[in-house]
Amino acid sequence: MEAVLFFAAALGALGGAVGVVVLRNPFYGVLALIVHLFSLAVLFLLLTAAFVAAAQVVVYAGAVMVLYVFVVAYIGGDTEPLGDSIPGQKFLAPLLGAALFVELSIAVLGSSLLALGTHGPNVNPGFGNPAAIGHLLLERFLLAFEASSILLLLAAVGAVVLAGRQGTPEAGQGAAGGSSKHSSEAPAERFEDPPAAPSPAGGGA
Amino acid sequence: MNIEWYIVLSSLLFALGAMGILVRRSPIVILLCLEIMLNAGNLALVAFSRMVGNQQGQVFAIVVMVVAACEVVVGLGLIVAIFRRKLPLDVDSLRELRG
Repeated sequence: MEAVLFFAAALGALGGAVGVVVLRNPFYGVLALIVHLFSLAVLFLLLTAAFVAAAQVVVYAGAVMVLYVFVVAYIGGDTEPLGDSIPGQKFLAPLLGAALFVELSIAVLGSSLLALGTHGPNVNPGFGNPAAIGHLLLERFLLAFEASSILLLLAAVGAVVLAGRQGTPEAGQGAAGGSSKHSSEAPAERFEDPPAAPSPAGGGA
Repeated sequence: MNIEWYIVLSSLLFALGAMGILVRRSPIVILLCLEIMLNAGNLALVAFSRMVGNQQGQVFAIVVMVVAACEVVVGLGLIVAIFRRKLPLDVDSLRELRG
């Protein structure tokens, strides 16, 4: 039963990953990644990591993927140009990927970790459930917990600053495009200021 | 199932993600392939934590998940900013920062 579940989830994870790599429309790519994430959640459950599996489904498949879907819908699919920019890219990249896999397999299977060939030790029923993980997070790893919360806050603020609306339409017309935000914003303000100053003078004269 | 199977699956997923990053040119798809690689790392972490019988690897996996969420948020913000400036969404033509 466990083997059947493992192979079904592994096939789902691999199929999702292949779909992300192969599908041209990024919207279908996002859907394939959702399949991949759900299959990984099943694998986490098989490894008795219940809390990680729940976080995977709720955080990844629930929240992060919704963000992806919104951005893909905003940008629109099929923006990827055809053809190779490096000659032989479509041939070389799978070769390098296969080489990486062989290398990783040699490193793992050739290691002297004897426990790799076992199921792992027998664990008590509470292994990996939310209570155990919560104890670890809030007692032993409290510093990492707080640091990751600060990191999340910084990322949210940074995303708002990056994707915010200020100055983009005018700056895109004023500058030649391709320059950074601050250097393209400053000339736009300088162009606005001088016409504002002479016009009251001209009206007074 | 032996832990070996999980580790081999994780390295296969990691190689697939790396191959996707090398092949694709749309920044959104490259972010998706990065997600695959991070999840492969998570799978290896959880498998090793099961192998040792210690839950600390699962805490590590959760922290990796948080970092991945931050990376997605910043990356998608960058993509939206690129799109607003009407620059091409193609990593091969966005090479101004290349040394």
